[in-house]
Amino acid sequence: MKYLDEFSNPELALRLVEQIHAVTTRPWAMMEVCGGQTHSIIRHGIDQLLPDGVEMIHGPGCPVCVTPLETIDKALAIASRPDVIFCSFGDMLRVPGSGRDLFSVKSAGADVRVVYSPLDALNLARENPDRPVVFFGIGFETTAPANAMTVYQARRLGVRNFSLLVSHVLVPPAIAAIMESPRCRVQAFLAAGHVCSVMGTGEYPALASKYGVPIVVTGFEPLDILEGIRQTVVQLEAGRHELQNAYPRAVRDEGNPAAKAMLRDVFEVTDRAWRGIGMIPDSGWRLSSRYREFDAEERFQVGDVRTSESPLCRSGEVLQGLLKPHECAAFGKECTPRNPLGATMVSSEGACAAYYAYRRLDVVHI
Amino acid sequence: MLDFENWTCPLPLRDTPTVVMGHGGGGAMSGELVEHLFLPAYGKSAELTDSAVMPFPGGRLAFSTDSYVVKPMFFPGGSIGDLAVNGTVNDLAMSGARPLYLSVAFILQEGTPLAEVGRIATAIGAAASAAGVQVVTGDTKVVDSGSGDGVFVNTAGVGVVPAGVDIRPARAAAGDAILISGDIGVHGVAVMSVRSGLEFSTAVTSDTAPLHGLVSDILETNTDVHVLRDPTRGGVSASLNEIARAAQVGVSLIERDLPVPAGVSDACSLLGLDPLQVANEGKLLAFVPAADAPTVLEAMRAHPYGRGARQIGTCVNEHPGMVVARTALGGTRVVTMPIGEQLPRIC
Repeated sequence: MKYLDEFSNPELALRLVEQIHAVTTRPWAMMEVCGGQTHSIIRHGIDQLLPDGVEMIHGPGCPVCVTPLETIDKALAIASRPDVIFCSFGDMLRVPGSGRDLFSVKSAGADVRVVYSPLDALNLARENPDRPVVFFGIGFETTAPANAMTVYQARRLGVRNFSLLVSHVLVPPAIAAIMESPRCRVQAFLAAGHVCSVMGTGEYPALASKYGVPIVVTGFEPLDILEGIRQTVVQLEAGRHELQNAYPRAVRDEGNPAAKAMLRDVFEVTDRAWRGIGMIPDSGWRLSSRYREFDAEERFQVGDVRTSESPLCRSGEVLQGLLKPHECAAFGKECTPRNPLGATMVSSEGACAAYYAYRRLDVVHI
Repeated sequence: MLDFENWTCPLPLRDTPTVVMGHGGGGAMSGELVEHLFLPAYGKSAELTDSAVMPFPGGRLAFSTDSYVVKPMFFPGGSIGDLAVNGTVNDLAMSGARPLYLSVAFILQEGTPLAEVGRIATAIGAAASAAGVQVVTGDTKVVDSGSGDGVFVNTAGVGVVPAGVDIRPARAAAGDAILISGDIGVHGVAVMSVRSGLEFSTAVTSDTAPLHGLVSDILETNTDVHVLRDPTRGGVSASLNEIARAAQVGVSLIERDLPVPAGVSDACSLLGLDPLQVANEGKLLAFVPAADAPTVLEAMRAHPYGRGARQIGTCVNEHPGMVVARTALGGTRVVTMPIGEQLPRIC
């Protein structure tokens, strides 16, 4: 694909690898925030090319992984209602709730459908005016604009049988929470490029300066990631901690003003529990009071779900970069992509699933 | 050829344009469906018996069956009818057999337009004719609306295996060259592009094709072909994992050598899928001793369905039962067996 393949060029990638080796004098631990970056790093074997001691810590940026168990259980409860058409992104279907997932609810007769865009769910609602249609609106600042647009359109067109189960999460509060953790080992961040293409970079200089960490806005192709790592190492070696944009072809400082205006209208900031991590203040979005009538939680009264997490799963430590996936005792044994105990083993962006898929060889040989 | 698009029956099927429960009842309506819809599509006369009796050329018999539930039933480059014929023909061909006879069984949901059934039957007749196999027996059942989903097709096929041919997964051996007959991931992307909820525009069309001619040309090289496999559901990844496990060998792929056309890699990038896990319907994998690889590749490339043939990897003694790819940047990754359905990623 044009403007994409160029950024996988092996010769240029190896030149960047050489430059990283040339500037590195000691060990550094940096976190790539986004699950898409984790996927790309493992998929292309980028971490195997870095100098010894330059460690990539995989961050909490997989939206599927951090969606709270309570929200999954609410989704299962809503999807099980007769007449409901429950629409979701594909990789949410296998995420375990307290014992079940959307696949098993579907096989028990629920009408669960995979859509690629929330607007497809809105179209389904218009085609099925007699049935409640619910879209599972999860994700970071990246998926939020499309979800906001869908609710906005639902109100504008008067599609009353449509509602959204919202569990949006935000990156900057998560970075702060990671840095506040007493066991934090992170010395720098590769910020998530596509989050910044929506929200801009305005929130990051304060974080870089408060916690004394370089933050480099980074893309997703091999060259993007290597350039992000290179700029980060250069800053670390020089003792600097600034915001840098290594993904200027997609990210402007101001972000996308139209998307931000839509987000401000449809959503409001709320506290959010992150699966495996816990409550982070002001780290999520819920529907604003103007759109409350489209809130599936209100409409279906699912406030009383009880949750129970697998006692074996240590995904919280993985998500905070305190544990590598294969260091978990259940990894590849009780917990596999076929039978996941935690969400990090489900999504292809989840750190455990990425390790299982691409690195089982190394783990076997250790 | 009958045009079922604007199809009208000379003897109306009891005045109904759609499948009704009576079409599966075994009575007059069933008879009319067979006589006026299926037989003309398959190019048959009306002499019907409970079982087909055919001449058999002797030797060893290959027998295979498969059911087809693809959604949507019509997609760029083919239909459930093409798949039903080519899928079973190819399953036979992968053991080196020359396919001869097919059965075709339909499970129809009441309410399905007969024109649709007609289009599928026509596709089956045309595909069978193109593959040089005969549809010799069939069956039709009708289920209540809500019990099925449009049209399900089952085909079974028999073929003969030439003397001296021994092709099966367990014969894969370290040192084998692994060949693919052409571009991968094409069928899966074509079907996904028209699947409800995922529609996207692409120039990619299904590669569905009968492969026994290509197999026959490969066998004529008189090389010692160890394994043939058509990497359908689960893609190249599932097939290679199955072979690696069956033979307890390692499979080593060179990612740069995988023939992934631009339309497939673009769609996979957008949907977050691995082209190695996307279905093919007209491609085969061949495991042959390294010394035979140039001869076999030459024969494959001379056949219309093998023009894009190339080597994508080798069989090794290391990591038995596992498939490992060397990435373009020089790293390695394990290529895993897909778990279930392909799930498009959130972002």
